[in-house]
Amino acid sequence: MNKEIALELRNITKRFGSKVVANKNVSLTLYKGEILSLLGENGSGKTTLMNMISGIYFPDEGEILVDGKPAVIASPKDAYAYKIGMIHQHFKLVETFSASENIVLGNNEPYNLKKINKRVCEIADRYGFVIDPKKKVHDMSVSEKQTVEIIKALYRGSDILILDEPTAVLTPQEIAGLFDVLRKMRDDGKSVIIITHKLNEVLEISDRVSILRKGEYIGTVNTAETNEKELTEMMVGKKVDLKINRVLIEKKKPLLEIRNLEVKSDIGSTAIKDISFYIRGGEILGVAGISGCGQKELCEAIAGLRKPEKGQIMHKGESIIGLPAREIIKKGISMSFIPEDRLGMGLAPSFSMTDNMMLKIYNEGHSPFVRRKKSRENAEALIKKLGIVTPSTETPVRRLSGGNVQKILVGREIESGPNVIVTAYPVRGLDINSSYQIYDILNEQKKKGVGIVFVGEDLDVMLALCDKILVLCHGEVMGVVHASKTTKEELGMMMTGSLDLTNVKEYGIARDSNLSEEEWSAAAAEDNTVRGEE
Amino acid sequence: MTDIKKKSHEPLFHVSKNDAAPVSKSITIRIIAIAVALVIIGILSFVLIKENPIEIFKALFTGAFIDVGTLIQNTSLLLMFGLAVVPAFKMKYWNMGANGQVLVGCLASIACMKFIPAANPEIDNNIVILCMLAAGIAASVIWAIIPALFKAFFNTNETLFTLMMNYIAVAVVNYFVFVWDKSGSGTLKTVNFSFGSPTFRKGWLFPDSDKYIITLVVAVVMTLFTAIYMRYSKHGFEVCVVGESVNTAKYVGINVKKVIVRTLVLSGIFCGIIGFLYASCLSHTVNADVGGKGFTAILVAWLAGFDPLVMVITSFFVVFINTGAENVSNVFHLNSNDYANIVVGIIFFCIIGCEFFIRYKVHFNGKKLKSAAKEAE
Amino acid sequence: MITTIIVNAIRMGTIFLFGCLGEILTEKAGHLNLGIPGIMCIGATGGGFAVKLYAGNVTEVNGLVLVILSILGTMLFAGLAGLIYSFLTVTMNANQNVTGLTMTTFGVGFMKFFAKRIYDQKLYVSVSGYFKNLFGFEKSSNAFAQIFLSHGVLVYLSILTAILLTLFLKKSRFGLYLRSIGESPATADAAGINVTKYKYVFIILGSAISGLGGLYYVMDRSAGTQFAEAAIDSFGWMAVALVIASLWKPIFAVFGSIVFGGLSIMDAQLKTLSLSDQKLFALLPYLITVIVLIVVSMLKLKDNQPPSYLGQTYFREDR
Repeated sequence: MNKEIALELRNITKRFGSKVVANKNVSLTLYKGEILSLLGENGSGKTTLMNMISGIYFPDEGEILVDGKPAVIASPKDAYAYKIGMIHQHFKLVETFSASENIVLGNNEPYNLKKINKRVCEIADRYGFVIDPKKKVHDMSVSEKQTVEIIKALYRGSDILILDEPTAVLTPQEIAGLFDVLRKMRDDGKSVIIITHKLNEVLEISDRVSILRKGEYIGTVNTAETNEKELTEMMVGKKVDLKINRVLIEKKKPLLEIRNLEVKSDIGSTAIKDISFYIRGGEILGVAGISGCGQKELCEAIAGLRKPEKGQIMHKGESIIGLPAREIIKKGISMSFIPEDRLGMGLAPSFSMTDNMMLKIYNEGHSPFVRRKKSRENAEALIKKLGIVTPSTETPVRRLSGGNVQKILVGREIESGPNVIVTAYPVRGLDINSSYQIYDILNEQKKKGVGIVFVGEDLDVMLALCDKILVLCHGEVMGVVHASKTTKEELGMMMTGSLDLTNVKEYGIARDSNLSEEEWSAAAAEDNTVRGEE
Repeated sequence: MTDIKKKSHEPLFHVSKNDAAPVSKSITIRIIAIAVALVIIGILSFVLIKENPIEIFKALFTGAFIDVGTLIQNTSLLLMFGLAVVPAFKMKYWNMGANGQVLVGCLASIACMKFIPAANPEIDNNIVILCMLAAGIAASVIWAIIPALFKAFFNTNETLFTLMMNYIAVAVVNYFVFVWDKSGSGTLKTVNFSFGSPTFRKGWLFPDSDKYIITLVVAVVMTLFTAIYMRYSKHGFEVCVVGESVNTAKYVGINVKKVIVRTLVLSGIFCGIIGFLYASCLSHTVNADVGGKGFTAILVAWLAGFDPLVMVITSFFVVFINTGAENVSNVFHLNSNDYANIVVGIIFFCIIGCEFFIRYKVHFNGKKLKSAAKEAE
Repeated sequence: MITTIIVNAIRMGTIFLFGCLGEILTEKAGHLNLGIPGIMCIGATGGGFAVKLYAGNVTEVNGLVLVILSILGTMLFAGLAGLIYSFLTVTMNANQNVTGLTMTTFGVGFMKFFAKRIYDQKLYVSVSGYFKNLFGFEKSSNAFAQIFLSHGVLVYLSILTAILLTLFLKKSRFGLYLRSIGESPATADAAGINVTKYKYVFIILGSAISGLGGLYYVMDRSAGTQFAEAAIDSFGWMAVALVIASLWKPIFAVFGSIVFGGLSIMDAQLKTLSLSDQKLFALLPYLITVIVLIVVSMLKLKDNQPPSYLGQTYFREDR
């Protein structure tokens, strides 16, 4: 059967700066009336590629053809003109506006809310959405907001819809509803590209799957002719051996024990569902998972920045839930999270390195004054130790390169002499040498008996560096495996939710816990009464 | 074809933040701005009041130095107002309410000055003065922390709230003036100023001839205190962190609500001291016009980039321009300060506008744009 | 007596209403323009020029032409002041508070300087009649006619403006764009709305509307007797307060302006009160405003909050 081509990408290349190649020679074909899944690990360039179709970025090389004709898409407006609509992970909606008002915003047409409401309802009925066009966005659930975004694209007559991880924020029922809608759109002749990590969803919804790895196009397969194993292999590739030494040290008592933890995200959805695990001193526990699977919320819960809904966090047998962040820092629990923009958390961009070094320790001692001299010495020591490139200790950190900023952040956390280090994406965006320096620092801490939680992206690194690896899939634990006994494929299957090892045996409970089972249940009971009173 | 279309989408110039403009560059830009302002003023003056611009500039530049005592006093006072608001600004809390805070502080001080000696004529003057200071500070602190508490706990818009508090303060002052002043004229006569009365000059701090010195001394102390507080104290450090990023502040365990309220208590204390100074040595009375430098102080603090030491220069500059412009009115017999306000407005508009070229970098399209894009990435 | 109070409250409130409507438009675009008091003064000056130039140079004054010319003169001057404010705060990213307060200083000086030079009491008073008593019921003894039909043309214009503004904000496409800019400029930008262009348009238009408050005070409320010494700036601050008290809704502002107007003239009406108690009346508008501000933020009434981007500069790269 010869289908009509809706969209074609030819040899698309996109670079950021001189070093980072986000997409390299990617070619892709999308037919009319099909659902294409785009599959790939973090950093494989899926979102960048889609952003070029929707007019956020402009490709450096290659061309885009819509309906067989070359298209220039320089802005989201252009994309709409080519009937391409993209639903981003972060919704772009005005909170105080109703659904209809948001849908029609920026669309140059007569403003007649009655007619608009009617059209919105027509579109909703046609594809099986449930929507109240008059409802304000601030009163909506996440899935309703997503519906508004999708209808916004359809309202503008989009024939090609791109959805960036639409299921990440939805409940299973909502996902089923979304898939029904997508199928109806396909039957209506529209083309859909869906970015998702869950293999079961890929297999369920799509007609074909295209796989990207490290910015390159790997291949496209018909969903009917493939299986989870093949897809995983295409996605993660062959194992690369990294020369990271795994230091082996004696087993120590658990430092941090977490049981039945449940945490909500900013937008109110459940980010972490009922997870249990523990870390011992002198151990690196890797946390693997597609980004946005609850890593941030988990880290923040441990650091006392986010109040858990349920469950216990015990540090050396004492509960730290409800303690202010400063008390948790004092107990020696250090948390560093490198967000995508690198500067958002933990550092003050226009502060000097000295002042940033001081952020966590400025409050020590009884003097009303800060000890900038000591911090400056610390900063100088750190510059030498980690080879940080900066004009001086007084230069605002926002003017330093990303790698140096990260070294400052990780270095500062270690200088504070913690016994538990929670570090998320410490090597994000770093070159090889800087990355190895960070691994060395972490191994050094491990030797000292510090318990480390390493939230990472690169499976090869985690297999080489960590002792055990906990795999998260959309807020749930898929299992904890020994790094030396597992394979990349197994991790990949767990990350995408197609392999769940938690049923095999009781996971995440230390046999030599600091607390007896009675004490645990007492803690849980107390927890319940406290919450009951609230 | 692709290339042509792509180019049409590129903007003519590209603006990026520049947090490292060298001092020499920022001074040059400001001097150019003032020069532009002077040219505008020169042309306007020639057209409007038909005077020789050179003569006008002469009057403008020499005006401030005619009365050095007043120059010192006004600069010190403006600086104090600025210091009272600057820690809050550093925290991105827009305290527009310094006028009201000073006013209630002055009112409370005057109340003590009026009633304590009246009830107890034998009382020691120092006790009166201490009571005045305490009452002034207490009143100002209350005025300052009401909006702060609502900001901290309910995120109530502080700009609008503090702005309104100014006018409430004015009404309260007017009320008490009418209550206290039995003559019904609506002006409170100089308090404790009747010869031979047992309360003669109770609550007066220093002879009048020293009032320039006292404002200068208080301003110097306040400046040093604020500079040290902001730069070297733990509290000041927390203020900077909160202003930089509330997220980072929470991350390192700072109690943001506490910092907001505490900083506004400090602001209130400063305003209370200023109010007390008005009561005890500058005006010895209270009316709705006392103080009134709170809005100008915002300009002073902003121009100085919220640096207490640089504010010494900016507050001098603002007073210099103001007095100079007033002098122009005097020299050319314009009989009021209207023209001065126009001149001041034009100069400040130009300076406000030129800040853009100091804080941002403009890259015109071409090679520079590309290198900037690379840098940004 | 009640009728007199209401009539005067409406007339006094009109000054605040114009200022308030202009500021609503400006704040909806995300800009807090504290220069409104000054801009009202500048507007009054523009209107004053127009009156002088027209009425001072023709032998027979046509009322309609006079009113239209003075309105145009006012809007031109106030609009130019709005242009300066927009240029500094939108294009040059300057701090809105600093720029606005400087505008107020400038505006007050501007009015006093020029008013002194162009003011001709005889002329202004003689033509002020054209601004007053549009329907000819000023002397009517009927309470209804007094309250609804006795005012000058600008009073009705202010209410008409409020109605048009409400329709514009609620029912028009551009009103929707405007609101989105004040709430979330990044979203508006992404939707293809030219944020800078609309900010300029609405800030300038808002300033022009505010300026009419100044013209109204000079030509109608004071009947041409006050100009150079008019305390228009203090009315301007009341207008800024009214924006908050009316929850950024033009129709509420109409009723709010009558309340505020009533409170401002009450001291002269309540002869039984002592002078000091009359002074406390001046506090009420601001107290009401503060209470509204507090209640709205405490109840987290999402639809009645200040525009979320109010006072913040939108710099595209900060996204």
